[in-house]
Amino acid sequence: MSSEEPSANIAELHHKQPAFRGLEAGHLACPGCGQALGARLVTEAIGPDVIIANATGCLEVFTSAWPRSSWRVPWIHSLFENAPAVASGIEAALKMQGRPTKVVAMGGDGGTFDIGLQSLSGMLERNHNVLYVCFDNEGYMNTGGHRSGSTPHAAVTMTSPSGKKRMGKRHLKKDLLAIIGAHQIPYAATATVAYPSDLRAKVRRGIEIEGAAFLLVHSPCPLGWGHEGALSIEIARLAVQTGFFPIVEMERGAVVNAMQIRNVRPVAEYLRPQHRFQHLFSDSPEAREELEHLQQLADYNIERYRLTSGQSESRDTEATDTVMRGGMRWS
Amino acid sequence: MLRPIEGSAAVAHAVALCRPQVIAGYPITPQTHIVEKLARLIADDQLRCELISVESEFSAISAVLGAAAAGSRAYTASSAQGILLMTEVLHNIAGLRIPLVMTCANRAIGAPVSAWNDQQDSMVMRDAGWIQLYCANNQEAVDTTIQAFRIAERTELPVMVCMDGYVLTHTLEVVDIPTQQQVDAFLPAYHFARSLDPRKPITIGTLVTPEFYTEARYMNHRALLRAQEEILAADRDWEKISGRTSGGLISVDGSDDAPVGILSIGSVMGTLSDARDHFAEFGPVKLIGLRSMRPFPIDDLKVACDGLSELIVLERALSPGGGGIIGSEVRAALSEAHSPPRIHNFAAGLGGRDMPLEIFPKLLEATRARDATRFAIIDVDTAKIAAEDR
Repeated sequence: MSSEEPSANIAELHHKQPAFRGLEAGHLACPGCGQALGARLVTEAIGPDVIIANATGCLEVFTSAWPRSSWRVPWIHSLFENAPAVASGIEAALKMQGRPTKVVAMGGDGGTFDIGLQSLSGMLERNHNVLYVCFDNEGYMNTGGHRSGSTPHAAVTMTSPSGKKRMGKRHLKKDLLAIIGAHQIPYAATATVAYPSDLRAKVRRGIEIEGAAFLLVHSPCPLGWGHEGALSIEIARLAVQTGFFPIVEMERGAVVNAMQIRNVRPVAEYLRPQHRFQHLFSDSPEAREELEHLQQLADYNIERYRLTSGQSESRDTEATDTVMRGGMRWS
Repeated sequence: MLRPIEGSAAVAHAVALCRPQVIAGYPITPQTHIVEKLARLIADDQLRCELISVESEFSAISAVLGAAAAGSRAYTASSAQGILLMTEVLHNIAGLRIPLVMTCANRAIGAPVSAWNDQQDSMVMRDAGWIQLYCANNQEAVDTTIQAFRIAERTELPVMVCMDGYVLTHTLEVVDIPTQQQVDAFLPAYHFARSLDPRKPITIGTLVTPEFYTEARYMNHRALLRAQEEILAADRDWEKISGRTSGGLISVDGSDDAPVGILSIGSVMGTLSDARDHFAEFGPVKLIGLRSMRPFPIDDLKVACDGLSELIVLERALSPGGGGIIGSEVRAALSEAHSPPRIHNFAAGLGGRDMPLEIFPKLLEATRARDATRFAIIDVDTAKIAAEDR
């Protein structure tokens, strides 16, 4: 028997062996759903030895309609606002049983920024060994596209329409990361489905760390944002490249890393393909004012997190990720 | 071992003897002493258990949900507003069929805010899908707590052990705290067949379309009804070990030929028993203690009330705009009986108002009236209220 044979067989077997998928195909998400992609990437990065507590929301609905389930890992959905508390209980039980299984809680921005914030704060304050992943699609999309604390300023939703007297959401997107940071947890980060290798690395980091970890994953919603499903990745990438959604890492409340933007794009490039911002491109002085306001918010992010300083190892990996995912370019 | 002990401490010892692995606690009067005592037992290494001091009752009940689903015996306790804050989770746990035990140290609900005892808090949860067992004294609270874990784990239903705040929780009584050997002989190690485990991953808490929802609700209802057998079996088996019964589903005290019966729930049963001795001139009165509010023991109730011509239902909660809660259910249940007694329904002792022995003759007077009392609050003092509100 030659020495090459076993390794060739192993390579062949490895090729045949499907990669681990915590979230299986065949679920009911819309085409181009950022959350579905995000949840798949996150569960792939965690591996099979995990228990997931999922808050009510799109992810729960499109993956779990009885008698079918897309989950290949143990998964529990209780309610909208208690996933962090359920995860706390699971973690305490595993600790008592001496099981090394990881605990992950998942929720949307409604379940995280708004209704579940108290429960999340409790979990972080008690520093449970849980990774909380918030898939941020900036609204209550499961209910039909409604304003949440995470909806960006001026974005149109069914409960923040634009009209004669309104230009979409009147308030600012809640600075959740600052709130999370104030809990002084070991690790918190933002990520996006547009940069999968960055997302995976952060999931692995969050899982490895002993104690509470938080990950905010920007996840486009074609239906709620009003764009073609095929554009989800491009739009999510523009959110980063305009400074609109900064990609950062925090340790014990301090920003330790920020993804550097190679070539800063004007915020209008991010807004234009999305129906929720269409009213900002009319000829009215109000529209011009709000557009300018949003540009200033993005500029402030760039300044605040030093997104163009070059003082970071983390770079915009657009080209690499596009090739790796075999993605189509859009411009 | 018999010893004088505060009700809350006795319950905490009973919980500890059941070897819980996870306890979630949040302070609310009059439940607080229970979790305080459990925290002390854990701090002194007399109980090996993870105590989660949560930020709300909502998270307390959610955390024990997670712990039980992950394969650990779990426990929490609360009262009044805390029970109400848990509402959504209580229903959810029953629907998920997760075995849990919670003590409800019964307390009135605001507004107006009251820190004192009645049973409105657990009564509004009677439709949550939990088994509800009420305790007449602290010995029953200890024994029912131990039984509750076995009932919950055999039926895969959550059990709420209801004990009157202050009257039981803060009262020193001589109670027998069982030995660890006794409890271990009665309660096997926690095993939940549908627990969360990466080696056999399952999906819990799925979305259910109209195609299956009715069947899920049917199964839930059936499970509650069938739990009657487990409640009786637990009381019977615990009696073999401890020599004590807590009354199964419903307890009857008094001669079979008594024409008058009083049905009530919780610690007032002791007052009624003393009052019956004190006011012996009223003749034989059958005292019926409802231990299991859910499942509601219709058949046992019919047997207990057989031969009565007058039945007084006394309760410490009400459905405003409706009337008595237990009274309505008793009326409905006995409407099936061949010759049902006249039913008089009273609420009393709301928000901690004392229930003296003198309540007994007042109740019995009602049986002499021409018409049955549909519903009345027997100890209301209308002189304290503006004339137009009387």
